[in-house]
Amino acid sequence: MINLDMGLDPQSNMSLGEKLGQISWSLVLLITAVACIGFAMLYSAANGNFDPWATRQIMRFAVGLVLMLVVALIDIRLWLKFSYFLYGIAFFLLIVVEIMGHVGMGAQRWIDLGFMQLQPSELMKVTLVMALARYFHGASLEDTGRITFLIPALVMIVAPVCLVLLQPNLGTSLMLLMVSGAIFWLVGVRLWKFALVIGSVLAAIPVIWHFMHDYQKNRVNTFLNPENDPLGHGYHIMQSKIALGSGGMFGKGFLMGSQSHLNFLPEKQTDFIFTMLAEEMGMVGALVFLAMYALLLVYGYVIAMRCRHQYGRLVAMGLTVNLFLYMFINIAMVMGLIPVVGVPLPLISYGGSSALTVMIGFGLLLCVHVHRDVRMSRRGMSDF
Amino acid sequence: MFNAIDRDAERQRVMNRRTLVLGGLKAGALSALVARLYYLQILEGDHYTTLAEDNRISLRLLAPSRGIIVDRSGVPLAVNEQNFRAVLVSERTDDVDETLDKVVKLLPLTDADRRRILRDVDRLRSFAPVTLRENLTWDQVSAIEVNLPDLPGVSIEVGQVRSYPFGEQAAHILGYVGVVSEQELQNARDPLLSLPGFRIGKSGIERKHDLALRGTAGTSQLEVNAVGRVVRELARNDGQPGHQVTLTIDAKLQYYAQQRLAEHESAAAVVLDVQTGGILALASHPSFDPNQFAMGIPQDLYDSLIKNEASPLTNKVVAGHYAPGSTFKPMTALAGLEAGVDPTHRVFCPGHYDFGGHTFHCYKKGGHGSVDMHDAIRMSCDVYFYDLARRIGVDRIADMARRFGLGDRTDLDLPGEKTGIIPDTKWKRRTYKENWYDGETLSVAIGQGYVTATPIQLAVMCARLASGGKAVKPHLTKAVEQEYTEQTAWPDIGVKPEFIQRVLAGMAGVTSAGGTAYAARITQPGMEMGGKSGTAQVKRITMAERNAGLLKAERPWKDRDNALFIAFAPVQAPRYACAIIVEHGVGGSSVAAPIARDLLLEIQLMEAARAQQADAGATAPSAPTQVTAAPAMPGEGTPR
Repeated sequence: MINLDMGLDPQSNMSLGEKLGQISWSLVLLITAVACIGFAMLYSAANGNFDPWATRQIMRFAVGLVLMLVVALIDIRLWLKFSYFLYGIAFFLLIVVEIMGHVGMGAQRWIDLGFMQLQPSELMKVTLVMALARYFHGASLEDTGRITFLIPALVMIVAPVCLVLLQPNLGTSLMLLMVSGAIFWLVGVRLWKFALVIGSVLAAIPVIWHFMHDYQKNRVNTFLNPENDPLGHGYHIMQSKIALGSGGMFGKGFLMGSQSHLNFLPEKQTDFIFTMLAEEMGMVGALVFLAMYALLLVYGYVIAMRCRHQYGRLVAMGLTVNLFLYMFINIAMVMGLIPVVGVPLPLISYGGSSALTVMIGFGLLLCVHVHRDVRMSRRGMSDF
Repeated sequence: MFNAIDRDAERQRVMNRRTLVLGGLKAGALSALVARLYYLQILEGDHYTTLAEDNRISLRLLAPSRGIIVDRSGVPLAVNEQNFRAVLVSERTDDVDETLDKVVKLLPLTDADRRRILRDVDRLRSFAPVTLRENLTWDQVSAIEVNLPDLPGVSIEVGQVRSYPFGEQAAHILGYVGVVSEQELQNARDPLLSLPGFRIGKSGIERKHDLALRGTAGTSQLEVNAVGRVVRELARNDGQPGHQVTLTIDAKLQYYAQQRLAEHESAAAVVLDVQTGGILALASHPSFDPNQFAMGIPQDLYDSLIKNEASPLTNKVVAGHYAPGSTFKPMTALAGLEAGVDPTHRVFCPGHYDFGGHTFHCYKKGGHGSVDMHDAIRMSCDVYFYDLARRIGVDRIADMARRFGLGDRTDLDLPGEKTGIIPDTKWKRRTYKENWYDGETLSVAIGQGYVTATPIQLAVMCARLASGGKAVKPHLTKAVEQEYTEQTAWPDIGVKPEFIQRVLAGMAGVTSAGGTAYAARITQPGMEMGGKSGTAQVKRITMAERNAGLLKAERPWKDRDNALFIAFAPVQAPRYACAIIVEHGVGGSSVAAPIARDLLLEIQLMEAARAQQADAGATAPSAPTQVTAAPAMPGEGTPR
């Protein structure tokens, strides 16, 4: 059925009840289940205590869950309309942290809001996806074939990436680049253009190396050869591999991870939480966890495929790629496959800022699902 | 519009295709994660499990308690005492400075102590105890304990410190313990040596029997976390404490000997059992307090010990080289007898002996007149021995002296023993590349010239004489744990018993009427001693001095003659032998002999009292018998 009458879209003005009914509760349940694994791990990380991490994480998740549902229920056309605006706010905050940012963990990343520390770069991961989706929402294949058409989008990407690099936060800037790359790929940018960009980036590596901070150089060096420096930068990865490897097939049992509990494992409640999970639950537990995560990604794909408008598809795909990158970078890092980059494991790692943006991301994903059949013009807001 | 829809459909197809590619990439990446998981947890799982255990378990050494050293009847000579020390755990106090200020009111801490403490606080982990002060007195311990609530982070720990109840009185026998030096650490394989604060024997018996006394390390398997904090103990093996070492020393006699020597500036004495060779007393004065070494001796005190010209740190009994003087004459006499010299042959002593253009003096200016061998030993006539030596030659004398243990180490179980010198023609050629002059033989005959011996060698010589020619060897160790090592059957040294009896008779004459040491005789019946005095020059007397009649006592202390005496008792059936030297004491018979007398009388009286006690014990076991036979012995108890 092709309905050309844009003002008569049956779903354009759904009631709140209808929208609640449209929410994929199975996805909400899956998200909650994964988050519960996280609570259990934080309980274990504190040697069998709800304090200091698990309780706070549960409360944050509860707040995040509400926020997620609110985001999901807001009309997607409103999100489309405010995409650039939200991107602008995130960009502005990035500049603010650059100027007067709070120094923590060797990098300027946070704005202290009092009740939590806001990481604008995390916010940017969501708003950049929204802005790019907005930009390509009305673009045809001819448009995306034109380099002049791509240039504004490239500026939208490169500007925040540069700011995040300056912080310096290599992990997040790479994630922003890869998510953007995925969106470019999906909207049909030709392969040779990617090849061109990647080629020139490779050529620029020596220049980038020159401008890198020593600690970043060390991280790359350490990645290439962690055993060389067992008590220095390689220590984290060595200890992580020892803890993870010693878990074996079935693990040491909940609360029994000796390496984690004796503090050999650094940052076990944040970046290295997967290591603890694998130590205590073994390979079986880790595979179950990965399967649940894969299912989350499948949900993201299905939502994107079933969406009937480009904006929703791109937002859903972008956020799914985002989630995937979080997970992949984190787990590959703790297993020594890639250098140590400070990327948390969404829904599991303890932390405010990323948990918040991840929940907003899921909210948007649900929103796309709820509003999958909404009709939108290429300009996006005419029928709103 | 339809055009637009077509283009939308085309865009959708491209996107679907590319979504599939993207999904494939993600599936591939996920597979890589799973593969890595499999590699780490399954393929390399055992390897990482081992590493994890290594990480987790820390093996700590536990120092065993050092074996104690006791005298022949079980009186402790070296023990371990509890050592209380105040420690501070810096993480348990908010302000280290403030806590230290409070501690200073209870414990004297110097500025240097304070600097060391603050440096340790910075250097060590915050949970590691930093020692504030060691060797606290009871008063200090209780002062700290009472005030603990006001002293956050401070606590009292108990350790062990070596303690020598007899202090200076047995220092040269026992030696002392000290911290392990870098060099010792490199050469040793015992892991105990690397324990901080571990002490090993540095001299004396402590060093000789260090391995037996040390014991074996215990281990404690501890579960530690990443910063080394102990979480709990998994297993414990206490190790073996060190063995007890029993000495042949008699603590009472030892104490008495050291006290007796203290009347002089610098002296040494040794008493041994003629049959076993077991040393009953071995004293060297001045001495030092080994307790101060065990606790870590202050530098100024150490410097003063080193600079003292009477060398308190040297055990003169084994490391002192002295010309034996006339105490050597029994060797010359024996060599003569063995060479066929008639002991009844008489020599006229006019007070000097002219040989090869030189005049050799007898110590007695007017001479002894006509003397035979017995008289010569009794009166210590030099001229008789000049004449005897000239007839038999130096090599015979040297051979006899060596058979009696001179010129070589006695293999006493104490480190640092010297060999002494017994010269002969070969020795001179070897050492000086010169021929022997007959005139030198005359000096050797009276124990001067090149001849040197240690007091222990002289005591052994005396014991070999007193035993009738048995090759007795001295020793200090009676038993290590339960393993008795004492030897009583000694090989014969191959000198005819009648020769030895003749010399012993001469030595008995020394303490008889007309003998040089008659004044220092033992009068108790059945306890009489025989001996030989010696007054050995340490500086050649010039003709001018001799003519001027310079009194010996007027010379500077350092230039005065050494006083020596060797003795055995009882004369009828010798049981004990001793050697005494009083450095620069001038008179062998007037200064050294009385010490020998007192020591030999003391040990005999003690033995008599012990035998009596044993008898009394056999008849009335409940009645405690007080030993009262020792007149010069101070009250019982710890003499520190």
